[in-house]
Amino acid sequence: MKHPKEEELIAYHSGEEADRLGIAGHVVDCPECRAELESIDAVLEAITSIAVPDPGEDYGQRVWQQIAPRLPEKRRRWWSFLFAGPKGVNWLTPQRWVAAGAIAALIIAAFLAGRATKHGGVGEVTVAVDQGKVRERILIMAVGEHLGRSEMVLVELANAEPQGAGQKQVNISGEQRRAEDLLEENRLYRQTALEQGDTALAGVLDELERTLLDVAHSPQKPTAAQLEGMRQRIENRGILFKVRVVGKELQQRGESGQMPAAPTGAKENGRKI
Amino acid sequence: MKRMRPSVETIGESDAVAVAQTLAGDRDAFRVLVEKHSRNVHRLAYRMTGNQQDAEEVVQEAFLRAYQKLEQFESRANFGTWVYRIAANYAIDRMRQKKSEESQREQPGRATEEGVEMDLMSTVPDAAPNPERLAQSGQLANHMRRALSELTPAERTAFVMRHWGGSGIEEIAGALKSSTSAAKNTVFRSVQKLRKALEPFVERRGQARAMGTEL
Repeated sequence: MKHPKEEELIAYHSGEEADRLGIAGHVVDCPECRAELESIDAVLEAITSIAVPDPGEDYGQRVWQQIAPRLPEKRRRWWSFLFAGPKGVNWLTPQRWVAAGAIAALIIAAFLAGRATKHGGVGEVTVAVDQGKVRERILIMAVGEHLGRSEMVLVELANAEPQGAGQKQVNISGEQRRAEDLLEENRLYRQTALEQGDTALAGVLDELERTLLDVAHSPQKPTAAQLEGMRQRIENRGILFKVRVVGKELQQRGESGQMPAAPTGAKENGRKI
Repeated sequence: MKRMRPSVETIGESDAVAVAQTLAGDRDAFRVLVEKHSRNVHRLAYRMTGNQQDAEEVVQEAFLRAYQKLEQFESRANFGTWVYRIAANYAIDRMRQKKSEESQREQPGRATEEGVEMDLMSTVPDAAPNPERLAQSGQLANHMRRALSELTPAERTAFVMRHWGGSGIEEIAGALKSSTSAAKNTVFRSVQKLRKALEPFVERRGQARAMGTEL
């Protein structure tokens, strides 16, 4: 083998040269090339030994302090509630995981539905729904489920009665716990609806939030009179009707991705909630 | 039932989570990434620029640019490598700009990179102590800094990324915005220039062994 070029020796030293075995064999037998390789090694070893001043353990914090005022706010995304909640709210509560899981499942479902839609002629499988519609559909279905669960709590409250004869108080602690859980979800969906510009849906969710707050903050065992007062407030708001109407409409429009119009304060007539 | 939001330190185990949170509008989440990767980026920046002031500027600018371009960051990628490359890119631009400014007002053969006048001959050692001793004394370190400062920005970047950062040729080519063969040539040229500048001051291990001066 002829003497390798300087370039090949440098590449060999860096572990890049393709003919490594050939060069290694040559270097062993050739004192001239061995000396050349040792020279490369000595220079590189010396130069890579230059120390870098240690900026200190708190360097990262200092860098952050310098740049933080110069970082512009990023626009919140529609899914931001999964990661960055309002102050004082744990970002990884079970409710958020439930919402995240539901949304993830819905994304997959929407994706598969899109894949299954074929465009004629070329036989090419394409995603039929654009991202905006997928997001809307996800929100619609997730909120629909949420409204269904809220409706159940409100119906149970409407039908709650003292458990035993002679009992004056009604135990609604189970409904209260569920109302607390629903509250957080509701807040997230309302914020998301607002960010999406769906003021009608956000309005209904806002009313539902007030009702859920009312339930959550009531005594665990209200008297019959207190419970009746709560029922009256719920009825006056017409919230159960709105929840049913919007929930049903969401269910129907889930496929189209359109958002429903909020009912205009109509009450369900002749029926005790 | 009071719920406290965990601090960014406790939730910042994963870069991917911090990136997602930042993109979701939580600016403070970016702090996790800055605190985690600053020292590594600083090492690169210092080696590339050769001085603390420029290194600090490179680090800050790299993270500012990373924040601005975060939407372009692919979640599968490594954030550390990504910001490292942004820093390398900015450092090249910075060095080129500085060289151009210096060349306009340069008085040849006067000042060293650190601004201290240095007679090259006075630093040549009388005997030939081994590289480690020379490096300790600071003499070889001065020669090395000088030799590094005489590389072009692209050569210095290629050398630092290859021999200090352990970057592959493709990554270097990305930072230099060149082909892989051009990047390979740039690495080669940098080593060649450093050899030429430093060989008189660096004895080979074989010689050291023969002279019994190797540590």
